[in-house]
Amino acid sequence: MKLMKELTKGLIKENPVFVMALGLCPTLAVTSSVINAIGMGLAATFVLVMSNIIISLIKDFIPSKIRIPAYIVVIASFVTIVDMLMHAYVPALHKSLGLFIPLIVVNCIILGRAEAFAGKNKVIPSIFDGIGMGLGFTLALIVIGGIREVLGAGQFLGINVLPASYKPMLVAILAPGAFLVMGFLMGLMNLMKKK
Amino acid sequence: MELAGRIFAMAIAAIFVQNFVLARFLGLCPYIGVSKKLDSALGMGMAVVFVMTLASTFTWLIQHYLLVPLNIEFLQTIAFILTIASLVQFVEMVIQKTAPALYKSLGVFLPLITTNCAVLGVAILNIQSEYSFIFAILNGLFAGIGFTLVLVLMAGVRERMEKAEVPESMKGMPIAMIIAGGMALAFLGFAGLQF
Repeated sequence: MKLMKELTKGLIKENPVFVMALGLCPTLAVTSSVINAIGMGLAATFVLVMSNIIISLIKDFIPSKIRIPAYIVVIASFVTIVDMLMHAYVPALHKSLGLFIPLIVVNCIILGRAEAFAGKNKVIPSIFDGIGMGLGFTLALIVIGGIREVLGAGQFLGINVLPASYKPMLVAILAPGAFLVMGFLMGLMNLMKKK
Repeated sequence: MELAGRIFAMAIAAIFVQNFVLARFLGLCPYIGVSKKLDSALGMGMAVVFVMTLASTFTWLIQHYLLVPLNIEFLQTIAFILTIASLVQFVEMVIQKTAPALYKSLGVFLPLITTNCAVLGVAILNIQSEYSFIFAILNGLFAGIGFTLVLVLMAGVRERMEKAEVPESMKGMPIAMIIAGGMALAFLGFAGLQF
């Protein structure tokens, strides 16, 4: 029962993007389309789950003074693995995410969960925490990516969803659209929280 | 003469056209987090210029004299993040010993810079764009200046926004995002510049 709570808290209640405002750079940068959003979300989820597992296993052996560098090395190793796997199996996605795959290392969600959860808990809860937070991140990316792709290109996952008479708002897939959509979504979350 | 022209074009591109924050979405956490007061924005900006220039220098040397000769380029992510982390720590210690006054104004920002993705971003971009040593250093410097420019602008706008009447649920982060969107829209105007 408790494990289910670890899994679901990341989706809405402690959503890393909308509620905690972590990992903003990849959130805004890669969400110009839904497919990029899914790719980034799953890559980060993989790194998050794997680093949570390793960190919760080795937490007793790391002196607390050097724990942050140690966590970063663990995270960077898994990021390198993801980078190479994506380069080999999904080269097109790898190319469009570009710089932001190696930058998963400095995504504060991952280091944040290592510090706040995996460094204090056992392996099994850490796995569930990683999956939950990762899926929460992916969900947020898909929501933002979906809004931007529909507004900016009239498509969802590359399929036309709006009538042909709709003139795409190009600005939504450009940089300013990312900030605006994110700002309004955060405002909406605040509004819903108060009610 | 031609060299001066290339350097000028690079400066314009890094500061305005491909601004690290507004066009590339790098370094958003400090951009939103440290832009409430003009003084601290300026301090953070100076620290980032300094660290980005140094990081560009050292990561270029490590890439070309350590990773490439040993044929271990795949360790790039791990090597760079460790370089940046130790560099930041080192700079912090040196400034603390040699210039206590400077340390007082920059000190609090230095530890935050390790997880600023703009620093790792510029290091990786320098390698990907195959810049020569001098150009890599200059790119780091100009990118840092571009970051400082928008950070200071943002702080100026936000100081004035304190007095504006913002709807309750849009206060704080959401309105900062909207301002950033407006700023990104303005910076989009530089996109037509060609050299």
